[in-house]
Amino acid sequence: MTSKIVNFNLNGRDVEVMAKPLTTLQTVLREQLHYTATKAGCKQGGCGSCTVLVNGEPMASCLLPVEDVVGQQITTLEGLTPAEGLHPIQEAFFENYAIQCGYCSPGMIMVIKALLDRNPQPTREEIIEAIAGNLCRCTGYEPIIEAAQDAARRLNDG
Amino acid sequence: MTESEKKLNVVGKSVPRRDGVGHVTGKTVYVDDITFPDMLYLKMVRSPVHHARIKGLDFSAAEEVPGFVRALTHQDVPKNIYTILCLIGVGPDEEPVLAEDKVLYKGEPIAAILAETEDAAVEAASRVIPDLEELPAVFDVEEALKPDAPILKEWGTNHFVYEGHHCRRVRLGDVERAFGEADYIVEERYQTSPIEHAPTETTACVAKPEPNGRYTVYTNTQALYFTLDNTALILQLPFNKLHFVGGTVGGAFGGKVDVIVEPIAILGAMKTGRPVKFRYTREEEMRVSSTRSAWRLYYKDGVMKNGQIIARQITSYADSGAYNRHTPYAVTKHAANVAGPYAIPNVWIDAYCVYTNRQPASAMRGFGVTPASFAIEVQMDKIAETIGMDPWEIRFVNAYRNGDIKPHQKIVEDATLIETMQAAAEMVGHGLSDRSLAMNSWDREKV
Amino acid sequence: MAKLRGTGIAAVNYPTGMNLGGDPSQALIHATTTGTFMISLASTDLGQGLKTVLAQIGAETLGLPFENVLINTGDTDTGPHCMGTFASRATHRVGNAIIMAAEEARKVMMEVAADELEVSPDDLETDGQGNILVKGSPDRSINIVDLALAAHFKYGKTISGRGIYMKPKSDVDPETGKMDPDSTEAHACSVADVEVDTETGEVTVLSLKSAYEGGRQVNPALVKGQIRGGSFMSVSHALYETTAPYYPAPDHSPGSFSEYVIPGPYEAPEIESVVLEYPSVNGPYGAKGVGEMTANSGIPAIINAVSNAIGVRLTEYPVTPEKVLHALEESPNATSH
Repeated sequence: MTSKIVNFNLNGRDVEVMAKPLTTLQTVLREQLHYTATKAGCKQGGCGSCTVLVNGEPMASCLLPVEDVVGQQITTLEGLTPAEGLHPIQEAFFENYAIQCGYCSPGMIMVIKALLDRNPQPTREEIIEAIAGNLCRCTGYEPIIEAAQDAARRLNDG
Repeated sequence: MTESEKKLNVVGKSVPRRDGVGHVTGKTVYVDDITFPDMLYLKMVRSPVHHARIKGLDFSAAEEVPGFVRALTHQDVPKNIYTILCLIGVGPDEEPVLAEDKVLYKGEPIAAILAETEDAAVEAASRVIPDLEELPAVFDVEEALKPDAPILKEWGTNHFVYEGHHCRRVRLGDVERAFGEADYIVEERYQTSPIEHAPTETTACVAKPEPNGRYTVYTNTQALYFTLDNTALILQLPFNKLHFVGGTVGGAFGGKVDVIVEPIAILGAMKTGRPVKFRYTREEEMRVSSTRSAWRLYYKDGVMKNGQIIARQITSYADSGAYNRHTPYAVTKHAANVAGPYAIPNVWIDAYCVYTNRQPASAMRGFGVTPASFAIEVQMDKIAETIGMDPWEIRFVNAYRNGDIKPHQKIVEDATLIETMQAAAEMVGHGLSDRSLAMNSWDREKV
Repeated sequence: MAKLRGTGIAAVNYPTGMNLGGDPSQALIHATTTGTFMISLASTDLGQGLKTVLAQIGAETLGLPFENVLINTGDTDTGPHCMGTFASRATHRVGNAIIMAAEEARKVMMEVAADELEVSPDDLETDGQGNILVKGSPDRSINIVDLALAAHFKYGKTISGRGIYMKPKSDVDPETGKMDPDSTEAHACSVADVEVDTETGEVTVLSLKSAYEGGRQVNPALVKGQIRGGSFMSVSHALYETTAPYYPAPDHSPGSFSEYVIPGPYEAPEIESVVLEYPSVNGPYGAKGVGEMTANSGIPAIINAVSNAIGVRLTEYPVTPEKVLHALEESPNATSH
């Protein structure tokens, strides 16, 4: 299997990588580009810890061949974090103790980012629907739901 | 002024998490985020069957895989047979780092493959087909203790031996006499399941040889020194050759105290002079790594008409799977708690640590106590139903208090079961009897 | 076909720490030249927030602001021994070790302050804001930065301390089981309300309300985190999780999250809690271990609630829909089958 050059936009910056066919976006991000905020909890599409945004839509990067994102806009948690301080969603997670071990946090924050971008005032049910594909073994989800509600308030007020 | 009366400045306050900003920005460094340019990947050749004699291993097809570096077998491991609780005097050693002449569970590691990439390691490992002669397997704890069961351990039994006994025993008073005096006898069998810890981060380590002859090991173990000391014993290395770095873990729940990836990864680094990463896949985490053990418990209680439990007899069996890991200690902890937070004058407990051809069990949140609490509390409801008493009241009648003696002869201190139950009843608006409301954990004379 | 409701309770104890072989942990503490206190450990934070609560305990004993205390942990070259993070032991053991180390460091700190302020150390107190004051004369004080500089460059003293806490080894009597296996006991009482669908066998946990007693809460928000997460795990254990769906048969063992059933936010019940605080006789500032216990009391409470709903006592978990339907077939008041 011959590697080929793949171009895409990562957090606003054009990148070029060499990848064999069927190499996942997750592998490229973590192992080639060392963007390690995107986690690899299962590599089976079952935990959501690897969620990134592809043109604003949340996707499991562990199931996504990198050749499928040629020319697309990829956003990882690194791209969400401002140069100084935190993004309002990050602030809400931090201040609401919506984090314990932290391993699901990047994926959770990315799905909530996608949700709030398309639906700035989601209901509790809509938040649950958005995070339902993401596993958190520590918190029992309620603090994450509360953080999402708080993040919506912060974004709408700010 | 005592310590507890002093005004506290920081303790008792919900200060923000120290690691919180790292977690929400993804900048916290976990083990799998650590890589080195010349790093190798390790994958295991695992047993496809539950119990077998190993007749041969052929690496020739694996060696053909591009990127294959080398294989490790039990002959490469200086002290291959170990048991991690040897550090607290538990023995004998009984688990191989890599299987020698037999395998005792499906998924048991037989050989390790080191390769330039993880894909190559997976491919090479899949090409090692062990020549196995399958043996009869046993999966049930009570079946395993029958005379005709296949024997898994060299000492000739399928149970751990506690100072010459088949099981961990607790004896207080005289249960047989008390059963004779009881108004009711209440018996039940309880069964729990093996459960996966499922931390979001899988078990992993990176072992890196240093120019000074030491090895730096980045690991997500729950217990750095415990793992370091066990690893040094397995590898027969001076302890100061090992430097363990960790302290940040993506969830564990008891699933990361088994000393399972570090020794073989360091051995790989020793044999190749290169850093080695060994990370479990999610499938390995579920099918191979330790589980919470499944327990079977038999309760027999002697109860008086007023609800007082005067005798409790328990036989329980922990399914340890194929090896010890932490289960011999779980059984002792279980034995200390399986009669429950109740004042019972006559108690008889036999708690067994049983081996089966199952993936090993080990520690998990609630270690030996979770199955006990489940069985005790379902049994309390059964007693209440049998004698026609309110489920709340049966618990107050029997609740332990400070100064009482537990079945393992420790005097109770710091008991607050009564206050906790009173608070829960108030929370849900459940009316308690005057007696239960008047009780407290310090003054048994009052009510 | 009906929806049956039931209520169940459970009350549990949970031991803090272990003892076999002796159960120690250590802490070392030293001040920098400018009054930051570094606590060196080899303890592990699993996500519960250990790095935070240990800094709180250190700051409390030193009498200094939280920000003045840093935790350096997770390195066996720089941190002294810790048995590990398990058995609900870490806050208790390491917290006590930190208190001991911080008391030793505080003694030096107060001696230096006494020399600088020309009073006896007994006449001094900390204000928790970074100052050491003369009792009754708050205008006579020294800031920790000036104090630490003086200690290093004027008096040649290290403001440092060593701490260890050990639960001594207790062998078990093999005949009677006599032993001293733990340090203290935390408690929980849970009340579960469930709804059982008699057609599908599915159980919905409507609410899980619990009272907890875990000694002094070092950080109530982090205790609440354990309560919420542990309560959810108890729902998961009681109704869903198993690596052997037909135990003891070993078949059908799951290998992915699509096969190993863990509920998600849709299945999360309403969780309410109250926390009582009866400081422990031997915990740091009276703390007990609460991490494991929070996942325990919910399991029997939920199972008792299901039994209450369907009129058949369930004695195995997880209580899957299949097991509920089997039980309903035996139920004396089953009308739907």
